[in-house]
Amino acid sequence: MATATATPPDQTAPAPKKTKVPERSFGERWGDKKGWARRVPLLPALAFIVIMTQLPFVATILVSFTNWNANYPDEIKFGTLQNFVTVFTDAGLRQSVFFTILLTVTVVLVSLAFGLGIALLLNRNFIGRGAVRTMMIAPFLVVPVAAALLWKHAMYNPEYGLFNGLLTQVFGASAPQPDWITDFPRLAIMGELIWQWTPFMTLILLAGLQSRPGDVMEAAQVDGANAWQTFANMTMPHMRRYLELAGLLGTIYIIQQFDSVFTLTAGAYGTANLPYTIYQTLYNAQDYGLASAQGVIVVIGTIIIATFALRTVSSLFEEGN
Amino acid sequence: MTTALAANPSKTAAEKRASNARVRNNRRGSKGGIFLGLLAWVIGIIFVFPVFYMLLTSLHSEFDAATNPPSFFAPLTLDGYREFFGASSGASPWPPLINSATASIVSTIVVILLAIPAAYALSVKPVEKWTDVMFFFLSTKFLPAVAGLLPLYIIAKTIGVLDNINFIVILYTAMNLPIAVWMLRSFLADIPVELFEAASIDGAGLIRTLRSIIVPIISPGIAATALICFIFSWNELLLANTLTSIVAQTAPVFLTSFVTSQGLFLAKVCAAATAVSLPVLIAGFAAQDKLVQGLSLGAVK
Amino acid sequence: MRLTSKLVAAVGLSTVLAATAACSGAGGAGGVGGGGGGASDNSINVLMVNNPQMLALQKHIGEFTKQSGITVNFTVKPENDMRNQAAQEFANQSGQFDVATLSNFEVPIYSKNGWLTPLDDIPAYKADTTFDQADIFPSMTKSLTGPDGKLYGEPFYGESSFLMYRKDIAEKVGVKFNETPTWDEVAAAAAKMDGAESGMKGICLRGLPGWGEVFAPLTTVVNTFGGTWFDKDWNAQVNAQPFKDATTFYTDLVKAHGEAGAAQAGFAECLTATTQSKTAMWYDATSAAGSLEAPDSPVKGKMGYVQAPVKETKASGWLYAWSWMIEKKSTKADNAWKFISWASGKDYENLVGQQDGWATVPAGKRESTYANADYIKAAGAFAEPTKTAIESADPTNPGVQPRPTVGIQFVDIPEFTDFATKISQDISGVIAGKTTVDEALDNGQKLAQAAGDKYKGK
Repeated sequence: MATATATPPDQTAPAPKKTKVPERSFGERWGDKKGWARRVPLLPALAFIVIMTQLPFVATILVSFTNWNANYPDEIKFGTLQNFVTVFTDAGLRQSVFFTILLTVTVVLVSLAFGLGIALLLNRNFIGRGAVRTMMIAPFLVVPVAAALLWKHAMYNPEYGLFNGLLTQVFGASAPQPDWITDFPRLAIMGELIWQWTPFMTLILLAGLQSRPGDVMEAAQVDGANAWQTFANMTMPHMRRYLELAGLLGTIYIIQQFDSVFTLTAGAYGTANLPYTIYQTLYNAQDYGLASAQGVIVVIGTIIIATFALRTVSSLFEEGN
Repeated sequence: MTTALAANPSKTAAEKRASNARVRNNRRGSKGGIFLGLLAWVIGIIFVFPVFYMLLTSLHSEFDAATNPPSFFAPLTLDGYREFFGASSGASPWPPLINSATASIVSTIVVILLAIPAAYALSVKPVEKWTDVMFFFLSTKFLPAVAGLLPLYIIAKTIGVLDNINFIVILYTAMNLPIAVWMLRSFLADIPVELFEAASIDGAGLIRTLRSIIVPIISPGIAATALICFIFSWNELLLANTLTSIVAQTAPVFLTSFVTSQGLFLAKVCAAATAVSLPVLIAGFAAQDKLVQGLSLGAVK
Repeated sequence: MRLTSKLVAAVGLSTVLAATAACSGAGGAGGVGGGGGGASDNSINVLMVNNPQMLALQKHIGEFTKQSGITVNFTVKPENDMRNQAAQEFANQSGQFDVATLSNFEVPIYSKNGWLTPLDDIPAYKADTTFDQADIFPSMTKSLTGPDGKLYGEPFYGESSFLMYRKDIAEKVGVKFNETPTWDEVAAAAAKMDGAESGMKGICLRGLPGWGEVFAPLTTVVNTFGGTWFDKDWNAQVNAQPFKDATTFYTDLVKAHGEAGAAQAGFAECLTATTQSKTAMWYDATSAAGSLEAPDSPVKGKMGYVQAPVKETKASGWLYAWSWMIEKKSTKADNAWKFISWASGKDYENLVGQQDGWATVPAGKRESTYANADYIKAAGAFAEPTKTAIESADPTNPGVQPRPTVGIQFVDIPEFTDFATKISQDISGVIAGKTTVDEALDNGQKLAQAAGDKYKGK
C-alpha cells in the first residue's frame, strides 16, 4: 500500500503479471485459439465503443475541411483550411479555452478539497452520521439542468432569490442585493458546480477512508503518532489513489460541462466554455464547417490533456492483477 | 424520511468501520468530538438546503415563492405540481418521463450486458495489452459530445432515427460503457483466481462461468455500476436536446422548455425540477452505500 | 513517454478503423430519404415558442381536433432554444416538424433556400374560403412574402413596440406623455418615477443577451438616434457615433433607472417586473399589453400606452410577427394549412376572447379584430396605439439613411443571428458593468464588418 506514494512515470506500465504468457510473434498470437477465447468477450464492447465514438469524429474531421454553412446550401465545397485559420485567429475561442481550463481546475480542486474535509468529518462517529451523509449526497442526485435552473431562479435571482432573501432577512431592507449572475458570472457557475460535485468527491473519498486498514492505524497510534502525523504519513498516502480517481472523474465531466453554462449565463460575460462555443457556432451561426474545426481542435487538445491526466492517475493500474 | 433511509447503510458498513472508529474515539477528546460532529451537521445542512428549498418552494404558491425575504412558512399547496402535470397547458410530462425511464433503463441493461464480458476479458484472464484497452475506453470519455453532435444529427436524419428513443438508447450505451467496464473490472479483479480455475477444470464454458460464478459474486458491484449508469443517462441533456423533438423527448429536455415567459413561475419550476429529479434522488438515497463502493473500487484494484 | 505513444496509437488505430466504417456508411448517406412518417396520418407536429399566446393555443387545441379530426403534437421551447432547433430543422429539412413559429426575419432567407412550402401551392389554402387573407394587415402579408412574390406564412400575432407606463405613477410624480414621446422625455420621466413607490424602478428595458432580446429594443433606439448596422454599401456602422450614442443612452438609462437584474432581463422578466409594480414604465412589444390587461393581472387598467419614443425619426416601433410556416419537406401540407387557418383565423380569436378574456387575444394581424366591439371594449387602452404602431412601422426605411436590406430591429441576413448575439453579450456586459460601450462596439464593428464583406458588391 505504501508503495503508492512516489511513482516515476516510467513505471506506469503494468507490472508483468503471473498469468501473462511470454512474448510471441503476432502470427502466433493471431492463430492462438486460447488468445481468441480471451479476446472474444471483449470484442462486442470494444467494437461498439469504436463505432459509436470514433465514427462521428471521423465525420467531424471531414466536415471541418468544408465551408459548409447551413444558410448557404448551394455553396458547399470540400478542401479548405479556412476554418482552421479562423479557429486559431478567433479571440473568442481563445477566451473560451482559457475559461474551460479555469472552470475545470477550479471546480475540481475546490470540490476535492471540500470533499476531503467533509469525508474526514463523516468518517467520525457522531450522532446522526447517516442522516448527514444522506444530506451531503443530495446535491449530486439533482438532475444537472434542474440544479442549474434552481440556482439561476431560486438562488441567484436578485429579486426573489434565496441569497438576497436571506440578506434582507438578516440585514433588513437596506441589505445589499447583488445581482449574482451578472456581478460574478464565473463564480456563479463555479459555485453551482462545486455544490453539485463536492458530494461526488466526498463519496469517493469517504470510501477511501473507510478502506483504511484499521490495524495499521492502530499500530501507528501505539507508536505514539499524533493525529497530524497519522494523517500526513498514513492517511494521505492511502488516499492518493482515491484523490486521483475523484479528480479524474471530475475532470472528465466538468471539462464537458454544458448544462450550467447553457442555463445560467448562456455564455455571456466571458463564461462561454468550449462545449458552449461549439454549440453556438453550430446553431447560431449554422456554420457547420467552423463548428467541426473547433471540435477537431478540442478533441486534439483533450487527447493531449487526457494523456497527461491518465499518466498521472496510472497508479490506479499499477497493482492491477 | 432522510434518517430512516440512512439508518440501513450505516449499519451495513458498520463492521468495516468498527476498528477505525475505535482508533478515532480513543484519540479525540469528547469536546472536540462534539464540535466536529456539529460542524458536520452544519455543513450537511448547508449542502442540502438548496434541495430542501427547491422542495419547499415547489409546495408554495407562486406569490409566496417570489417574496423577498423568503416566506419559509407560507401555506403549502400542490399548484406547482398541478402545473407540471399540465393543469393549464394540457401538456403531459408523462411521455418525456417514460422516455427518460426507457432510455435510462434499457441503456443501462445493454451497458451491463456488454461490460461484464469485457471486464472479464480485461481482468480474470486478461488479453494482451489490457491496460491499453482500458486507457482507450477511458480516453473516449474525454471526447466532448458536442463535437460529435452534427455528425450524429446528420446520421440520424439520414437513416431515419431522429426523434427515436432507440437511437438515444444506443448513444447512452456508448456514453456509459467505458465507465461501466472500468468499474466492473475492479470488482472482478477482487475475485480469487482459484474460483475460475476450479470452474475451468469443471469444463464450464465462458457463458456458464459468467452466469454461475461471476455474476452472483459481483452482483453488488453490478448494482452500483447500474445505478451510476442510470443516473448519468437520466441526467443527459445535450444529446437529447438535439436529437429528440416530439415522440422521444426526454425529461431534462421537457424541463428546459418548462421555463416560460409568463410572469411568476418559480414554484412551477421548482416543482418540475423536483419531479424530474425524484427518480434519481430515490434511487441514490436508497443505494448510497452501493454508490460509495461503486465509485471507489476502481481505485483499490 | 511509452504510455503516451501507446495511447496515441490506440486512438489512432481506432480512428482508422472507424474511417473504413465511415466510408462504407457514407455511401448510403445521399440516397436514403428521411423516414418521417411514424405517427398516424391525421396528426401534425408543430414547433413553437413558449410565449403566453402559444401556451393558450396549446390549451385550446382540443377544439381544433374536435372540428377537424387532426391531432396536433406540440413541442414548446423558450425563444433561443426554439430558434436553434428550428434553424437546424429547416436547414437540414429533417422532416420532424410540419409547422414552426418563424417570423418575418426568416422568410426572405428560408424561402430563397427552398426550405418553406409556399402557401399558394397548397390545395387546402386555395380552397379555404373562411380564412380571408385580405383581412390580414397588408404590412404583415408583405413581410411574409418572399422575394419571389409568393406567400410563405401567416401571422399568429403581430406586434410593434411601444411605451407602456403606469398612469397612476405618472400622475403622482407629475409626468405627462405625448402620443409619441421623445427618448429624452422618457429618460427624464424614468428619473422622476424611480422610487415613486417603494421598490419601484423607473423603466424596464431588456438587457438579456440574444439578437432577439436586448437588440430588439436597442436597434430601434439606434435607428431613431440616426444610427444603423450597415450603410447601403454594407459598410458596418456599429462603432459610428450615432450607434454609440444610442447604446450609451440605452445602457446608461437602464443602469441608472432600470429594473433590478437588468443584464439578465428579457421580455419575460420585464413582464413580471411590470406586473408586480417593480417598474413604472416598459418599452417593449405591443403584444405585452395583452398580458398586462389580462383579467388576472394586478396592473389591469392602470397602464397607459404611447408610441415608441423617438429622437430623429417620426416613428421607431419595430415590426414582428410570430408566424406559422410549413416546412418544404412536410408531406402533410394540407393538414398543416388547416391548423394554420384555424389558429390564425377569426374564430380562434373569438374563442380566446370568450374563454380567456378579450385582452389576451392574439391580435395585431387582422383588420377585423380592431372592428370587434368586444375586443375594443377590453383592449381599448392599447388597441389603437398597437394598430398605429404596426401601421407606421416601415421595414424598408426605418432610420435616417438608406439600408442595404429590410428589417427594423434586425438586419435580414443569416449572419445577423450570430454576430448580433455575440455583440449582445457584450452589451449585456456593459449593463452588468463588465465592459464599456466603446469596447463592446469596437469589437462589434469587426464582427459586423466580417459579415458585411460577404455582401459587398453583390
